[in-house]
Amino acid sequence: MTEAVSHSPQSPARRAWRRFRAHRPGYWSLLIFCVLFVLSLGAELLSNDKPIIVRYAGHWYFPIFHVLPETTFDGDFHTPTDYLDPFIRAQLAKPSNFAIFPPNPYHHDSINYFATDPNPARPTRANLLGTDDRGRDLLACLLYGFRISVLFALVVTALCALMGILYGAIQGFFANWTDIAMERFVEIWNSMPQLYMLIIFSALFAPSISLLVIIIAAFGWMSIAAYVRAEFLRNRTLDYVRAARALGQRRRVIIFRHILPNALTPIITLIPFEMAGAIGALTSLDFLGLGAPPGTPSLGELLAQGKANLDAWWISLATFTVLVGTLLLLTLIGDALRDALDPRKAIVTKAAGDAA
Amino acid sequence: MSLLSVRDLDIHFGTRRVVEKVSFSIKAGEKLALVGESGSGKTVTALSMMRLVESARLSGEILFEGRDVLSMPPDALRDLRGSKIAMIFQEPMTALNPVMTIGDQIVESLQLHKGLNRKDARMQAIAALKRVGVAEAARRVGSYPHQLSGGQRQRAMIAMALACGPQLLIADEPTTALDVTIRHQILDLLDQLRRETGMAILIITHDLNLVRRFADRVAVMERGVLVEQGATATVMNDPQHAYTRKLIASRPQRDVGLAGEGCVLEAQSVHVDYPVARPGLRGWVSKGRFTAVQAANFKLAPGETLGVIGESGSGKTSLALALLDLTPSSGDILINGANWKGQSRAQKRDLRRRLQVVFQDPLSSLSPRLTVEQIVGEGLEVHEKSLTLAQRRERVIGALHDVGLSENGLIEPLLARYPHEFSGGQRQRIAIARALIVKPTVVVLDEPTSALDVTIQQQVLQLLAELQRKYRLSYVLVTHDIEVVRAMAHRVMVMKDSRIVEAGTLEKVLNEPESDYTRELLNAI
Repeated sequence: MTEAVSHSPQSPARRAWRRFRAHRPGYWSLLIFCVLFVLSLGAELLSNDKPIIVRYAGHWYFPIFHVLPETTFDGDFHTPTDYLDPFIRAQLAKPSNFAIFPPNPYHHDSINYFATDPNPARPTRANLLGTDDRGRDLLACLLYGFRISVLFALVVTALCALMGILYGAIQGFFANWTDIAMERFVEIWNSMPQLYMLIIFSALFAPSISLLVIIIAAFGWMSIAAYVRAEFLRNRTLDYVRAARALGQRRRVIIFRHILPNALTPIITLIPFEMAGAIGALTSLDFLGLGAPPGTPSLGELLAQGKANLDAWWISLATFTVLVGTLLLLTLIGDALRDALDPRKAIVTKAAGDAA
Repeated sequence: MSLLSVRDLDIHFGTRRVVEKVSFSIKAGEKLALVGESGSGKTVTALSMMRLVESARLSGEILFEGRDVLSMPPDALRDLRGSKIAMIFQEPMTALNPVMTIGDQIVESLQLHKGLNRKDARMQAIAALKRVGVAEAARRVGSYPHQLSGGQRQRAMIAMALACGPQLLIADEPTTALDVTIRHQILDLLDQLRRETGMAILIITHDLNLVRRFADRVAVMERGVLVEQGATATVMNDPQHAYTRKLIASRPQRDVGLAGEGCVLEAQSVHVDYPVARPGLRGWVSKGRFTAVQAANFKLAPGETLGVIGESGSGKTSLALALLDLTPSSGDILINGANWKGQSRAQKRDLRRRLQVVFQDPLSSLSPRLTVEQIVGEGLEVHEKSLTLAQRRERVIGALHDVGLSENGLIEPLLARYPHEFSGGQRQRIAIARALIVKPTVVVLDEPTSALDVTIQQQVLQLLAELQRKYRLSYVLVTHDIEVVRAMAHRVMVMKDSRIVEAGTLEKVLNEPESDYTRELLNAI
């Protein structure tokens, strides 16, 4: 029984990660996506109509965190300061005063009342990607819109995965009548028209992001449950599960420690695609006006604006680019994950590893 | 002049050399056996005779009827494959196209190589099936592969291979997937066809019994190198190379202790059946029952091994699962007098501790995503919750020591490894350690060595015998291999079609078998 002296132990997850890294486009997509997402999480520091730090008349201020009335800067009113106001700018530019603005001095909802061009304004030095038809800076809208889309997708996918895994695991592990009953429920639930439900719900309740999350997740978990169910049905008859049962192991432990890690492969592969689907769903609902409440930065609403203002090409072009870019990155990541977790490829890599 | 001669054949996959300087030759009408364990390169070598391995790089010389195969243009190569050299495979179910009738598959190759029209080709296909002994050939010609039994399928494969009258037949483990009683029928058929047509046969196998029975000459391969070749009788009786000697010596040796008195496991009229779908409309309202085990009775003494032998489908694995209460059964199974039936969940868990199991395929019986320590230690987690982590690790190391698993004499570095990092024999040792760590009284061994190479097989059997003596274990040994039973069992039970056809002590069953079926089984080697 001669055996190649093997190196440090390698968990299947580590091997999959190694294969994922070998997939160049997917690996880079993941890096770029993570960087973009982290940047968008700090959007308040990158694109905001309030300065990050202000030094005025010998005092330090952090307007990002505190609402300061105009009187702070010797204005006339007790209303919150509009830092785009030329008067305030002039006050801050006085000697010994200074203010550090974020690179893009607009929030997604800030309207520049002092702009010189009519809205929608084409790209200028002041608005790098132009403005939309209400005078909001397009770059700021895209940044915040991207953030909310990705966050939305993450929450929806997490909820779907949680529900799908639980449902599919119970279905697949207990099989027989449990499986039949639960499968019939899925069929009934699946045949409900999702779009009409959304229209009905948006008429019944005040539109909000959390309502959208709940409704989209309520219909999205079934594809994941189907995969988990199939994996559990396959694995429950394998000898390692029999061996665990013969040891007298509890069912809960068999489900979660023995079968689940082996059933996760298709779910991990599905996650990027599920996220892309959620972003697409949110965008299309926003486009139709059934989605997020007004005032929420949203890619779908920008697309609708682009359609309404066909001559303002910068709106549709920029939004389209962001949307396609995001979906493309997710698809490439999903592709690489599928390759990395493919059992047949695993065998090939193992054979190559043995040869070395 | 020889029909096929191979000189200094090297085969590379990428940068790895899997076959090294192999030379042999076959004369017309000769039977050459290529013997080796898995990974020895025997199959790759055989496939290379027709250049069938896509990704391999070949160098050296392969002459078929004096023509160099390695430099053949594609047209000549196509003519060579199928019409001059034909091949049959181990598993006919995957080698036959499942959506074509076997007749159509034979017709296809006849049309391709002999240019016959469809009607003539069909007549010849029926003749070919008759020749290989398929009953009712005219009807069977329209059957799909799944409608035939394993033996018939292998016959159909042979008919397909021989339809064009090849001069060389390459048979890759042609009997391994078949039940023992059918094996020698297929071998006899091959031999008879060889005599009729004068073709040569290159048979690839790991089974030395088969070589002794069948081959004129034998070539032994070890890790890509042909270590020894010669006439079968010479090589078998006077092996020159150390590896050949090891291979021949690896027939299971009997080395077991005496059985004790008493009864640790008793089965009383155990009956197992499964629901099966009925055909047609009746299937909508009722389910049929398939009976897997009927009226099984036996007793097992401490330190005793009960060999349960039978072919696939005889119900021996169903019986094993019923003993472990992993499949529903009727009748009574008593472990030290305690019945599975009517126990609470906690009491059942306690019973499980006394009855453990080792499965056939050590890869699928170990959770692929758990480490060795987690796998082996799991039983303690369930049954001895009071142990601290350090105590549990100590017990795990003890169990691994018992089964002789270590690396350079150390066990600790293995604890964090995953099953895929071990060889088949090592994985089976891990599975044995998992069963033994809870200190059972009975271990059910379900084909414990069938998935292993012959030399490893012997080591695992020795280990099992050693552990039996050390811990007074009782084994229920389920197998299809009479050699394994001969080496291990004290008593034998022969199963066929869900019934126990014969039971008794090893000596009695092997020397004075009562039922015809047992006799057939014993002669089938």
